[in-house]
Amino acid sequence: MATKKFMFVNRKAPYGTVYALESLEVVLIAAAFDQDISLAFIDDGVYQITKGQDTTGIGQKNFSNAYKALGDYDISKMYVEKESLEERGLTPDDLMNLVWEDEDDDYKEKSSIILVNREEMAAVMAEQEVTLSF
Amino acid sequence: MKYTIMINEGPYQHQSADSALQFTRALLEKGHEVFRVFFYHDGVNNGTRLSVPPGDDRLIQKEWSELAKEHELDLVICIAAAQRRGLMDADEAKRQGLDADNIIEGFRISGLGQLIEGGIQSDRTIVFGD
Repeated sequence: MATKKFMFVNRKAPYGTVYALESLEVVLIAAAFDQDISLAFIDDGVYQITKGQDTTGIGQKNFSNAYKALGDYDISKMYVEKESLEERGLTPDDLMNLVWEDEDDDYKEKSSIILVNREEMAAVMAEQEVTLSF
Repeated sequence: MKYTIMINEGPYQHQSADSALQFTRALLEKGHEVFRVFFYHDGVNNGTRLSVPPGDDRLIQKEWSELAKEHELDLVICIAAAQRRGLMDADEAKRQGLDADNIIEGFRISGLGQLIEGGIQSDRTIVFGD
């Protein structure tokens, strides 16, 4: 089957609504189809990949570790919008350490997080062939 | 052009359910091909046959069902999203040991791979959601 550029745009906080969790389920299926996948985190979506999430108070499953596993599915492009972080008082240090192993570079661990500004994010989005927003 | 449509919100709750129906109808009127319509999140509720809105309101599920019949549309409800929300076809109800099914004619239940395949096979994938 053909390979297309798929982008998953994550715009919502990880809890409060089911969008983030169900988006992740689509991402994992898309990976199984060997597509060229990237993820975008904008607006409250940046909270999906923040460190130290604790869901004990709301009685829901904490699925944040699933983002760390994406590197094992060859998903290595996670675009995070700088303005969205700044507007929420967050810095890149507040994000989880998301990595992938580069098999062309002696399996060196590399960061999957690509910080971009709003204009750069728009340019990355314009390159995509299939954009699914959640 | 060949289109795949994704619908992420439930009927009556959100305008996007109506917009998706109207957009799909317009595509067909213009002679485009609709490869697949995929229902996800609360969008799966567009496929229940048990909705009973007031008599002077539209019946969105029935409109999809009729449109599918007329144009042989492939209307697919995501199984994982459907299971969470209590949407069942007869086979799935039996498999889960449940005493009822509620899918309206013209819809089928399948996996997320159907959405990805739709994205690969179509010229355009359009998402209707919040």
